This record gives sequence, C-alpha cells and structure tokens, in this order.
Amino acid sequence: MDVIIENLPLYWEGFLRTLFLSAVSGIIALILGTLLAAARVSPVAALRGFSTVYVEILRNTPLTIAFFFSAIVLPRIGVKFEQFEVAAIIALSTYTAAFIAEAVRSGVNSVPVGQAEAARSIGMKFGQVLSLIILPQALRTVIPPLINILIALVKNSSVAGAFFVLELFGYGRQLANANGDAVITVLLGTAFFYLLITVPLGILANTVERKVAIAR
Amino acid sequence: MKAFMSRRKSFVVAATAALALSLSACGGGDSGGSSNPSPVEKPTFAAGTTMQKLSSAGTIKIGTKFDQPLFGQVGLDGKPVGFDVEIGKLIAAKLGIAADKIEWSETVSANREPFIEQGKVDLVIATYTISDKRKQVVDFAGPYYEAGQALMVNKDNNTIKKPEDVKGKKVCSVTGSTPAATIVDKYGAELVPAATYSACLEPLRNKQVEAVTTDNVILAGFVDKEPDAFKLASEETFTKEPYGIGLKKGDTEFRNWINDQLESFEKDGSYKKAWEATAGSVIKTAPSLPAINRY
Amino acid sequence: MSSVLYDVPGPKARRISLIASIIGGLLILGLLAWVVMTLAQQGIFDARRWQIFTRTDVWRLLGNGLVATLSAAALAAVIAFPLGLLMCLLRISDAAAIRVPMRVILEFLRGMPVVLMMLFILLGFGTSAFFAVVAGLVLYNAAVFAEIIRAGIQSLPKGQREAGLAIGLTSYKSRMLIELPQAIRRMMPSLVAQMVVLLKDTSLGYIVAYGELLRAVQVMADFLGTQFLFPVFFVAAAIYIAINISVSRLAVWIERRGSKKAAGGTAKAEPDVLEAAAP
Repeated sequence: MDVIIENLPLYWEGFLRTLFLSAVSGIIALILGTLLAAARVSPVAALRGFSTVYVEILRNTPLTIAFFFSAIVLPRIGVKFEQFEVAAIIALSTYTAAFIAEAVRSGVNSVPVGQAEAARSIGMKFGQVLSLIILPQALRTVIPPLINILIALVKNSSVAGAFFVLELFGYGRQLANANGDAVITVLLGTAFFYLLITVPLGILANTVERKVAIAR
Repeated sequence: MKAFMSRRKSFVVAATAALALSLSACGGGDSGGSSNPSPVEKPTFAAGTTMQKLSSAGTIKIGTKFDQPLFGQVGLDGKPVGFDVEIGKLIAAKLGIAADKIEWSETVSANREPFIEQGKVDLVIATYTISDKRKQVVDFAGPYYEAGQALMVNKDNNTIKKPEDVKGKKVCSVTGSTPAATIVDKYGAELVPAATYSACLEPLRNKQVEAVTTDNVILAGFVDKEPDAFKLASEETFTKEPYGIGLKKGDTEFRNWINDQLESFEKDGSYKKAWEATAGSVIKTAPSLPAINRY
Repeated sequence: MSSVLYDVPGPKARRISLIASIIGGLLILGLLAWVVMTLAQQGIFDARRWQIFTRTDVWRLLGNGLVATLSAAALAAVIAFPLGLLMCLLRISDAAAIRVPMRVILEFLRGMPVVLMMLFILLGFGTSAFFAVVAGLVLYNAAVFAEIIRAGIQSLPKGQREAGLAIGLTSYKSRMLIELPQAIRRMMPSLVAQMVVLLKDTSLGYIVAYGELLRAVQVMADFLGTQFLFPVFFVAAAIYIAINISVSRLAVWIERRGSKKAAGGTAKAEPDVLEAAAP
C-alpha cells in the first residue's frame, strides 16, 4: 500500500496522460467513424467501397501493428512528429474509428425504414435525410455500444506504453521494476486508476441503455 | 462469390502454415557464439543442498533475457545465446548438467523477482543489476560482470558528450528499466519509452529522439551492427551496473558455491573464453571478474 | 443496402458520382504510390532485405508464432464463450443477490486492460506465459460475450418471454429454450467480431513474453538486425489480416447457410441488431 501512496504523483501523471490520449483519440474516432458510416450508406459507390475497405482492414489488424505503422513507418516517409503522443493518437483513433463506423452503421440500419421514406417524400436530399433524420435517431440507440468501444479505447491506450509514450501502464511497469518486492501491489494500483475511468463509463452506458429502452 | 473468396483465403492461410511447418524439419541457422562446456562427471554435494538436488535431478531452470544482444538473445532456432547464457552453461556444467539439459525461460524485467520467489526458475542470469531493494526479496551471487550506463547518438551528433548534455532532451530507453530511471531522475532527460532497446533505433535514426541510453555493452552491439549510423557519445560510463546471478533468498550455501565457481571460471580461463565467444566479438577489451560481493 | 436513404440516382447524379469516384480513386492511388516510392528510396524494398524469406528457419519461426497465436486464441474462445453465457444468465438472474455481484464482476473485468490482466495473472499466480495469455483473454472476452448476449436478449420483443412464461415454462427454461437461441442468433455478427478481437489480442502476449506471431517477428527483427524490421512486420501484418478476414468471412458464410436452412422461420436476422463488439 505504501508503494502506491509514495508514488501517487507518478500514477497521477500516467492517469492524466491516459485520459488525454483516450479523450483526444475518442473525439477524433467518433467524428471519423461517423463520416465512414455515412460514406458506407451513401449513393456514391466509390465512397461505399473506400469505407468498406477501410473498416475491413483496420478491424482485422492488431492494434500493435497499427501502432507500428503510425510510430515507425510514418516517420520513415517523412511524417514526423515532435511528440510521440501524435503517433499514438493517430493509431488509436484510426483503429477505433473502424469499430465506431460499424456500430453507427448498424444503428442507421436500426432506424425504421418509414423514417427515411417520409423524409424523402417531403423532398429531402441524402445529406439531409442522414444528418437531420437518421443519424440523430441512430446515434441515440448506439450510445451504449459506442461507450463500450470508448471503454475499450481507454484500455487499448495501454499499448502506447510500448510505442514511445509514457502513460499509466508504462508508469505501472516502471514502478513494478523499481519495486521488485511489491509488484502485485503496484499492478493493483495501476488497475485501480484504469477502473477509475472505465467503471464510470460502464455505468453511464448502462444508464443510457435503460433510458433508451424506456423511450422506445 | 463471397463464400468462394473466403474459402480461397483460408486455404492460402492454411497452406502458408503447412508450408512453414513442413519446412521446419530442415532448419539450420546461425547460432554464433554458442559453446558446450563439458559437464563434470558425477559431482558430489552435501545432502540437502540445492546443488545436490539440482545435480541429481540432472536439470536446471535458468531465466534469462531473450532480447538483449550479446548477453541473452534468442536466435532463429529458439535457443538463447550470449554471455549470460554462457555463464549459465558453465555453472550447470559444474553441477554435472549438460548444456542441452538446461531449461531456459524468458524473464522480462518485471518478472525476475516473482519467478525466483515462486521457484519457477532456479537462477536468473539476465543482465540483472544487484541493488539493495532487490536484495530484500532475492539473493545475488556475483557480480560476474560490471557494466555501466552510456549514451548512443547519431553519427553526426557532436553536441551530446556526457549525460549532463541530455537535460530536457528526449532520450529513448526501455519502459521500466533502471537506465531509464537514472537518466530521468539524475540527469533530467525527457524519457521516450520503448518496448525493447532495438525499438529505440528507429526514432533515433529519424532524429525524433536525441539519444538512446542503456548499459554500454548493449549499445556497443548496436553500434557494431550499424557503425555508419550510430556511435557512443563517450567511451566513459556514468553508472556502475554490477550484474549478479539472482537466486532464492536465504539459500546462502548455493550462493557461496556459485561465487566459488565464478572465481574458478576466472582462474581456469573459461570466463575469458565465454566472453570472447559472445560479447567479446564487439568489445575487444576482455573484462576481468569483478570482486565477488560475499555478504 | 439501405437504398431507402436516397432516391435512385439519375443520369446527372450518376455522372457526377462517377467523376468524383475516379478523381478520389486516383488521389488514393497517387498517395499509395508516393508512400511506396518514398519507402523504396530508403531501400525498404531492396531484394537483400526480402531474401530472408527464402530461409527455412525464418518461416519456421513465423510458423511457430502462428501456431502459438492460433492455439491460444482457439482455447480462449472455446472457454470464454460458455463462461460468457453463464455470466450472462447470472447477470440477468431474477435474484438480486446473484445479479448485483455479477454486474460488479463484469464491470471490473470489462474495465481492466487485457495486458494488465495477463501480467497480473503471470506474476500474481506464478503461471506459465501460455496460461496467463489464455486466462487474460478468457476473463475479458467472457465478460464482453456476456454483455453482447445480454444485449441480444434485451432486444427481443417482450412477448417472447411472456409467452414462454404463459405456457408454464419456468424463468430458466424460458431463457434457455426461447430467448437465448434467438439472442445468440441475432448477435452472431457481434459475437464473431469479438472472436476476431480475441484473436488479435493474443498479440498483447508480448507483455508476458508469450511467443506468439508478433513476438516471433520482434525476436526475428532483433536477431537479424533492424534493416529487416520492415519486411518482417509487413509479412506479419499480412498474415494477421488474412486470418482475421478469413474468420469474419467464414462466419458470415456459415450464418448465411444457417439462415437459409431455417428459411420459413420468423427468426430471420432482424435489421435492428447493434454491433456491440469491443475492440
């Protein structure tokens, strides 16, 4: 227990870095994912094709390999970052966006057909149908799965520790190495800080889920 | 159509796997720098000692690093090679255990103490720096080698000469390693953590970090492989890292016995031979055995 | 697809869409070509670097890694699915004394990074690396499976359970005979997606030094020298993507075949099933 209290500042720093990575990547992934989902149901065949290929490839690539590409291959082709956080955010957001796109797309499919038909019959274009009628309803039903994806994102950010970003898990390993006599305690401390983010998100997901279920 | 595609793809995958397996029968590989010291015939030890137990079991479990060039690195054949491995073989030989009867397992920085405490390994020889904190949970024989921390920079870098020069600059090292802690706590560098030391090379090459830091012997191995790209900032080291052999706390007999063996390796020249076969290929000046710390 | 979202495009819209597609396609191709050219300039595609793939020991190491990846994933999936089913049943149990603790456990398991669980199992219980990887994957994925199946059960019309109870089935029998079969079928896409996530997550075994595919690649690059880093990583990425896409496609194919056989039934895949896999 002393180990955790002594090293609270380090844990805290790691916690903030993890929170930062997750928040920024989460926002980018939400936007990118929604755009990809929109492309997937759009009338333009090329957009549909691009979105399908993107989602298929990213969903089937281990995150570690996505990190490898953003942190090691990108600098080789001239895309260099001052901060390695940028590479981590690129990997996390492009990877997570694929999952968000799938969730939003299934949400779009869950909106009753009549909604789109009614919108079209009053003369709305595709963009309007999607952004004014379908997406607002779809997003509401997909909030619980989206939150689950964001929870996974928070945990996935731990992979960044192996790719030049010192975040919560990295600090955890550092402390574990420095305190060989209290490895288990150190890891429990690390777990606690992750749960500090993920458990509230999980509870939020459940609450929203119940609200949505009632509203249906 | 889609069904056909999937079948074809999974066939390709299966075929690749099968090919890989069928080729495995005829695999060679360069496991350079590996030797086989001949085991002592029927050594005798006092009953009840760890030496006697291991000797009569005819096998020993040794933990080492699998990713540390020159000291413990696993080759394409899955067997580790390096100076640590040679020391392990020499000790095993003194117990009457042949090199191929040693069970090597990979220890990473975080699991060395737990592995010893839980008896998953009998010894840890894994560039394992002796420290007071670690001594509280495990015992150390040795040191059998004294390394020191150094800095590696790009060939064209002339601004970094000593550790004080990296203050506030980005330095790459392995997450949670002792050199990483030192460069941050003592010299105020900004740590860029990586999974392995070799992973640090790309950011250094791309000038995203100013230097890579760890024990001089490891860096020497990288410089040796790519002398046109990298160099050591200085030949001098700024810490002392005495490498010890980790074993179960309280097993003083075993510890003393290993210490005796280490001294005998120095006397009969097998220590020097082990060095020349491994790290000596890069670092020409052969070390002598540091003074054994019998506590 | 959901062509309900837009009118059938007329000749003008089709022309604009075609032109946009061609320009977009060319842009992407150009970008790819530029990336390949830049990498080629740095000698990434030199034959010298790729010659290692003519060596048998390289392939044997990759093969061993692949076997380690697949065996850990297969074992973990086989255990995680029934465990997830059980957790789901407990989670929706009528008795609060079972339901509430189960919910806490699920929240906990879902909220822990898999790497941390693996490391914890390895160090805390002194297990082998293989066991730590499998156990870590089982615990996390069982929790996710439980949540997916629960979502499936909740998406069923209330009448299903009510009808089951009305004809005298016990709560448990209604769950097992009426709700679960439908829920699992509905959530099949999510379940398969989660299986792929599980397979990919074996790569997190690096933390406990489990010799899976990615670890084999790392070891190989370390041993052969960093100039081979790119080739071995490209090959590893290709192997992963090929396997995962095969698994996904295979599942889609099985599902299609299954639903054809069950034709005439009302359990046709409903469109309102949500994708619930957690990466």
